[in-house]
Amino acid sequence: MKHIISVLVENRFGTLNRVASMFSARGFNLESISIGETEDPEFSRMTIVTRGDDQIVSQVLKQLNRLIDTIKVTDLTKQPHVERELLLMTLKLSKTTQHEIFELINVFKGKVVDIKQKSITIEVIGSPDKINTTIDIFRSYGIRELARSGAVAIHRGES
Amino acid sequence: MPASGQKLNGSEIFFECLRRENVEYIFGYPGGALLKVYETLYDVKDIKHILVRHEQGATHMAEGYARATGRPGVVLVTSGPGATNTVTGITNAYMDSSPLVVFTGQVPSSLIGNDAFQEADIVGITRPITKHNFLVKDVRELASTIRKAFYLATNGRPGPVLVDMPKDVLNATCAFEWPETVEIRGFKPTVKCHQHQVEKAAQKIAKAKKPLFYIGGGVISANASEELRELAIRQNIPVTMTLQGLGAFPGDHPLSMGMLGMHGTFWANQAVNNCDLLIAVGARFDDRVTGKTDTFATQAYIIHNDIDPTNVDKNIKVDLPVVGDAKHFLQTLIETMPKEHEDRTPWLAEIGKWREQCPLVYTNEEDSLKTEYVIDEVSRQTSGDAVVTTDVGQHQMWTSQYYRFRKPRSIITSGGLGTMGYGLPAAIGAAFGVTDRPVVLFCGDGGFMMNVQELVTAVHYKVPVKIFLINNSFLGMVRQWQELFHQEKYSFTDLGDSNPDFVKVAEAFGCRAMRAENPVEAKKAITEALAWNEGPVFVEFKVVKKDMVFPMVPAGGSISDMLLERLNPKTMV
Repeated sequence: MKHIISVLVENRFGTLNRVASMFSARGFNLESISIGETEDPEFSRMTIVTRGDDQIVSQVLKQLNRLIDTIKVTDLTKQPHVERELLLMTLKLSKTTQHEIFELINVFKGKVVDIKQKSITIEVIGSPDKINTTIDIFRSYGIRELARSGAVAIHRGES
Repeated sequence: MPASGQKLNGSEIFFECLRRENVEYIFGYPGGALLKVYETLYDVKDIKHILVRHEQGATHMAEGYARATGRPGVVLVTSGPGATNTVTGITNAYMDSSPLVVFTGQVPSSLIGNDAFQEADIVGITRPITKHNFLVKDVRELASTIRKAFYLATNGRPGPVLVDMPKDVLNATCAFEWPETVEIRGFKPTVKCHQHQVEKAAQKIAKAKKPLFYIGGGVISANASEELRELAIRQNIPVTMTLQGLGAFPGDHPLSMGMLGMHGTFWANQAVNNCDLLIAVGARFDDRVTGKTDTFATQAYIIHNDIDPTNVDKNIKVDLPVVGDAKHFLQTLIETMPKEHEDRTPWLAEIGKWREQCPLVYTNEEDSLKTEYVIDEVSRQTSGDAVVTTDVGQHQMWTSQYYRFRKPRSIITSGGLGTMGYGLPAAIGAAFGVTDRPVVLFCGDGGFMMNVQELVTAVHYKVPVKIFLINNSFLGMVRQWQELFHQEKYSFTDLGDSNPDFVKVAEAFGCRAMRAENPVEAKKAITEALAWNEGPVFVEFKVVKKDMVFPMVPAGGSISDMLLERLNPKTMV
């Protein structure tokens, strides 16, 4: 089962390496990892997407906690949370396809971030599922290049 | 002692910190990046620096010292090759949870990343094999980093911590401030066990008809042997121990079952198979203990106490996890146990039968020598009170079977990593830490050559370590597997033609040396060696070539399929 884990870590060099190398050393699946500074520059927040049965995921959480540079480890999977990923994608552009492409961009609530004679770069934000669908749909128009951020996630606020 | 706020350079701060951590010994080797440190060390009198002959030796010595004393071992080596030579020793300490603080010199900060002379990214290299590590970038952070390093190495589950110190940081000056307290946000080990879990454990123990203690090295590092003894005897519960747990409970007590697992006793493994309650304390269900996990202790309710939560449910799913310090766990259990408990006499009688059925035995012949006899004899002559270090292989397993460990911190051996070459330096380190008990090393002819250079260290410092070389002219354990499972193809394990004359080697190093080839000579040599304390003493025991360690659970097999003798698997009940 897919799990999305939020990890508050010390904002220090080497922390990302410690986490990533723990995953590879212990043979855990690491689907995506993203990291950025928090509101407090002393900390960073990592969002990790991994897969495994309950026993494995429980080990993943414990091994993350065991690292000295991790402050708090939360498995968001079964808690109310918001999960987003950013997709940047450059597509081939031609007179015959441009209308369809613009329509699809609207459907996916994407934005045009750059446009040239023969190419267009768009951004789409959504759940990793939505990003997968977006890529699938646009594939037939010719994807020149794409970059995904990996998921970032956060708890939903208290009501 | 310099007052707080006094201006010191990085090297002076380094020693000032070690003083405040009450460091007795540093095991080290100088080099370019550490010149300033060794300049300062020249006038340091209160901390003793032991000059090793290879940095790997320094790490094993520091670990031997740490395991014998319970205090952190300290290593000091230079950058680049000095640092990379510590990798095996650090990994060994990591696998066996030994507290070590390793200080490495580093090229000047401005050169880091430039492939400078003797530069190695030791922080990157040792990340997966240390509990934590640090690169000190500013002299103002040196004292607090050292403080944290010792704190991390010794608190919670012990382990090695590395501090990398660039040359410019050691030269720079700042006002010395010793932090009185340590605050590490991401490190809050659970020391006190959850009361409710302990109460539940107490209920289970009281009601168990066939309980069994499965004790690991955690009980020794938590100094919880007294509590274990009290609880086991009061509750009449038999105790089996892992390799690292030997000595946690006296081996000559009727409730002691010896070691369990691959080369454990028949009766200990039978007890695991048949117990209705398994109480694991400070042990991690290692594959050498469990064999095939699906068939391990299938009839038992399993309680697992460990300071490290990652050990819980890692290899075996347990019924009642109790995270916390072993001493706290056992102490709280003693206080919580109900007065009444089930009668364990029938259970102990059942175990007694297994013990009679397949005892540990060896045959002794007049004109040839067996390793088992040598170890048995050393155990007799030292009354099981020596600090015994081993290398890795057959002699190590025989030590676990035939040396009757009576006290904690008595076996110092490479369990998790299985590092050949560990024994000699570990014994030397242990002998620096322990002076009121003999320190004995059992070592094979293969492993001895892997760190033979440390014999110089032993001779130079007149370390009274008893080096008992068990020479069967083979890499015996590998040979055993080749014989049993690899069609007797003794591929590159016969050292007979290439081994040196070990007695001459020892003598060339300046070590007193003897040789024994039969039981009579062996007994006499052991007596002589134990009586001589002016420095190291070396005895080569020329033992039979083709002896095998039994019982044995083939790797990955069920512990119920023990080989009790050559190719004769007896299926246990």
